[in-house]
Amino acid sequence: MSTGERTRGAVRPESVLYDAPGPRAVRRARLLSLIVLAAFAVLVLLAARRLYEQGEFDAELWSPLFWPGDEQFTAVWRRLLLGLSTTLQAAALTIVFSLVLGTLVTIVRLLTGRLARTPLVIVLEVLRGAPVVILIFFTARLLPTVGIDLSLLWYLVIGLTAYNFVVIGEIVRAGVAAVPRGQVEAGLAVGLNRRQVMTIVQLPQAFRIMLPALISQLVVIVKDTSLAAIVLTGPQELLRTGRTIEQNLNNPLQTYLLIAILYIILNGLLSRLAVSLENRLGRAASPHGP
Amino acid sequence: MDAVTDNLDLFVAGYWRSVTICLYALVGSLVWGTVLAMCRVSPVAPLRTFGSGYVLAVRNTPLTVMLFTTAFVLPQLGFNAPFFWLGVLGLVLYSSAFVCEAVRSGINAVPTGQSEAARAIGLTFGQSLRSVILPQALRTVVPPLGSVVIAMFKNSAVLGAFGVGGDLFSISNRLTSAQGYAVAPVLVGVLVGYLAITLPAGALLGVLERRVAILR
Repeated sequence: MSTGERTRGAVRPESVLYDAPGPRAVRRARLLSLIVLAAFAVLVLLAARRLYEQGEFDAELWSPLFWPGDEQFTAVWRRLLLGLSTTLQAAALTIVFSLVLGTLVTIVRLLTGRLARTPLVIVLEVLRGAPVVILIFFTARLLPTVGIDLSLLWYLVIGLTAYNFVVIGEIVRAGVAAVPRGQVEAGLAVGLNRRQVMTIVQLPQAFRIMLPALISQLVVIVKDTSLAAIVLTGPQELLRTGRTIEQNLNNPLQTYLLIAILYIILNGLLSRLAVSLENRLGRAASPHGP
Repeated sequence: MDAVTDNLDLFVAGYWRSVTICLYALVGSLVWGTVLAMCRVSPVAPLRTFGSGYVLAVRNTPLTVMLFTTAFVLPQLGFNAPFFWLGVLGLVLYSSAFVCEAVRSGINAVPTGQSEAARAIGLTFGQSLRSVILPQALRTVVPPLGSVVIAMFKNSAVLGAFGVGGDLFSISNRLTSAQGYAVAPVLVGVLVGYLAITLPAGALLGVLERRVAILR
């Protein structure tokens, strides 16, 4: 935690570009701050006027979403919370499946010879190089043609997993690599075989190391669940719920604003969790740690 | 494989459409992302707040929400542009947050001693930026920026799914839904299209990363 964020005012810019400013530079920075603030104020006012002219400040556009006294408020929020829980459900299923598959694949990659590894690596590279939207879309198209009929939520989860388990596999690999060599040697020295060392010595420690990266990936997954709203016809996750609400109330600006805020809060909390875990683990880690 | 061979021209056209989307978005988000990064390292506090607020908000919002906003909200406010441009605008607004973080991390990765040394031997701000800081910053920026560009190409598929039309994704959608081609061959065709860009780009990035790496 260095620079910037904590220091108040224009005293320490968070960059290598400048010296610590002297009195003249501080005055100049203050003046510039005022000018910039004024410019922002003008922009905000212009935007507000535009919104006002378009009637976007009409109470009936906002109150079903933001005012608990509104008669539609409860119904709207029940839908939103349901959507939020569907989003979380899809994301949770995806991360669990991806973690299991990713770990298995990594074990196979690390413990098998080059010949057995090559086809696996090709498949992984293909999945990683493909856009997630495509994978979700084709999961929903392809699986029914081979007789696998599932709910749309599951198509979404499978499509997301097909991409994310590869990414998480890489995270696991990096985690295993970060476990100090001495651990492996000690494991082999007490008579464990290579597979046992992996499963009872390396992986448990690797999971600890990679927890922050996993949570960051969870943020990506939460965001990607919303792709279902454009390529599938369900499930009713957060964004699709928003679309339904917006079409009923005819207030896209207000609804998408709220939806964005919900995503930002959810993902912001997850990111913060990742950062604080990283700091805690960083402190507790071996002397090689950052 | 009839689905692909019969419609090869469609696939090629869709391919170029995807590349075009990506190029526009690339230029736009490089410009806007660099401006944001300048804001985040500037000595002016409100600009820093704006920059970090923008990045925080946009990084935690799905691209889809951004697209819904540019495509459904902007027209209602009287900004009428063709759907294609609204889509590209959404992609630019989204990707620039990631470009900003890449550029900023590059600048911050340059050790303070470097700029102090530059000032100590009497270089002006412009000189030290040009011949000391930027050359080192750019090297660190290359790998993360490359990943952003690859992600952007993949995200152009989201635009296609969203109905921008004519790109690789919408071709595949049209062939499998409306024209009833078998799904698997079309999937292969589309995947080859995307992989033809993302895999070499990823490999190139790996090479670049090794070549520009500096030991510190």
